[in-house]
Amino acid sequence: MGIFSKPSFNSDKKREFPEGLWQKCPSCAEMIHNLDLVQNFRVCPKCDHHMTQTAHERLEMLLDVGSFEEHDANLVSVDTLKFTGMASYTDRLKSYQKKTGLKDAVISGLGAIDGQRVSIAVMDFNFIAATMGSVVGEKLTRAVERATRERLPVIIVSASGGARMYEGVLSLLQMAKTCGALALHAQARLPYISVLTHPTTGGVSASFATVGDIIMAEPKAMIGFAGPRVIKETTHQDLPPDFQTAEFLEDHGLVDMIVHRKKMRETLGELLGYLAPAK
Amino acid sequence: MKLQPLEFEKPIVELEEKLADLKKHSRANDINFDTEVRRMEGKLEDTKRAIYENLTAWQRVQIARHNARPFALDYLQLSFTNFLELHGDRLFAEDRAMPGGFATISGRKCVVIGHQKGRELKENLKRNFGCANPEGYRKALRLMRLAEKFGLPFVSLIDTPGAYPGLGSEERHISEAIAVNLREMMVLRTPTVAVVIGEGGSGGALGIAVADRVLMLENAYYSVISPEGCAAILWKHRKHAPEAAAALKLTARDLFEMGLIDGIIPEPLGGAHQNHAAAIANLKTAVSRALDELTPIPHDELLARRYEKFRRFGEFAGDA
Ligand SMILES: [Zn+2]
Repeated sequence: MGIFSKPSFNSDKKREFPEGLWQKCPSCAEMIHNLDLVQNFRVCPKCDHHMTQTAHERLEMLLDVGSFEEHDANLVSVDTLKFTGMASYTDRLKSYQKKTGLKDAVISGLGAIDGQRVSIAVMDFNFIAATMGSVVGEKLTRAVERATRERLPVIIVSASGGARMYEGVLSLLQMAKTCGALALHAQARLPYISVLTHPTTGGVSASFATVGDIIMAEPKAMIGFAGPRVIKETTHQDLPPDFQTAEFLEDHGLVDMIVHRKKMRETLGELLGYLAPAK
Repeated sequence: MKLQPLEFEKPIVELEEKLADLKKHSRANDINFDTEVRRMEGKLEDTKRAIYENLTAWQRVQIARHNARPFALDYLQLSFTNFLELHGDRLFAEDRAMPGGFATISGRKCVVIGHQKGRELKENLKRNFGCANPEGYRKALRLMRLAEKFGLPFVSLIDTPGAYPGLGSEERHISEAIAVNLREMMVLRTPTVAVVIGEGGSGGALGIAVADRVLMLENAYYSVISPEGCAAILWKHRKHAPEAAAALKLTARDLFEMGLIDGIIPEPLGGAHQNHAAAIANLKTAVSRALDELTPIPHDELLARRYEKFRRFGEFAGDA
């Protein structure tokens, strides 16, 4: 069990053990000890339900020990619009920064999988539902540009409630910015693997997340553009029970493969073997 | 055509009615009320300016959604000439929410696509209220490729509440259709101009709006989410849409000041629906000028500038 024998980065204190020691599986209601849950990559040992992993946990799970080198770690969001609603954007940012220990909703940098170097970015749903504002868009764009410059594959692990409306059109335009960077990366014939995790919706699903050379999804992850409630209100249609799940999207031809979290590192390694440009 | 006045236009309508009464009274009784008429006309003009020159974001949203406003096909037929419609995405269907084809503007041949709304129910059902399915975005991509291949500039006219939220739309991957356009428009080797003519609703608008010049009509709006949607989430009720509209900074002026769009096309006083001819002429002038500026630029430079423009978008702190 090499991965957990020593931490590959020492960025954080004890975030893995928040309030209680036990957590209830949202799918089967099994009580699971936090230690077991983290050891099991936050997959329920009883029913295989994939729960939200933090970005740091995901990176530790995917990358070779000690290989991760974080970039753009200090970028923070600003309240450009001076958004005045029920809660101010600045207050929201502060409270999520405190709660998660993160500066914003994505961690990015360089690392290696089975010795193959990659530029990688992982979204963290715990931070304002990993909505994409300027910081998320900028860090992803830089991760892609870094890959183009250094001729590396890009892996982006998505999970997002969509665009961050506190940043208005600026957040919308991050969709164009990230896709633009990927256009140049693609023109350089470099591989991009998009990993969709629960949930990937709205402006993130409608931008970088769905233009991968390979699109991989975790089992039962909810993936879609519009929320099911909005669709029901608009169309009064009955929606199939598995609507907008990874399985539904594999059936309908969007997702290349559904990969169990425990197989993800291995599968990414294998894919890179086919896609990574020969050195 | 009698226009349905908007709530904030009531003072104008009242004055117009009073003025009409006075004129009628004057004629009927053969009394000269000229001084009074002139005074009231002045007051009407002042009231119009006071209202129309200080429109709130929410009032502009209402003007942008006005069903008497010129729609994409009005511009296509009048700002442009010789519109030759092309149908279908060659994959699944023809999306009538997004008509497109060849058209000529000030003597310049282009490929044009736009979101189209209907003025009444029947037309709206045909046009799906301006909400395109994946087929619309894929047809747009097909037309972009055609433009690129035959060296024609590509123009898009944006007027949508958003991409269509439906079962079929999701089954056929509306997300992917939009995302692919975002990627491909960035590297399309021909000049591109996008004009938000009414509603610029979120990803459905952006899906045809990655362009060398992004222009907005004066009363159009462009937003990451509808004011009602934003209000429902952040204010817990849709009735707060006016506050949400202000907070989102979605007007042409706000976005121009933030450097997120390249220009504003003026509308006649009171909005494009008050005077179609003026709006149509203004759009023609602005699009023609943009194409004049863009056409001589070599493609490599054009693409580099386009990338640079979108690359700059973002406000943050903490860079080393
Ligand atoms: Zn379980």
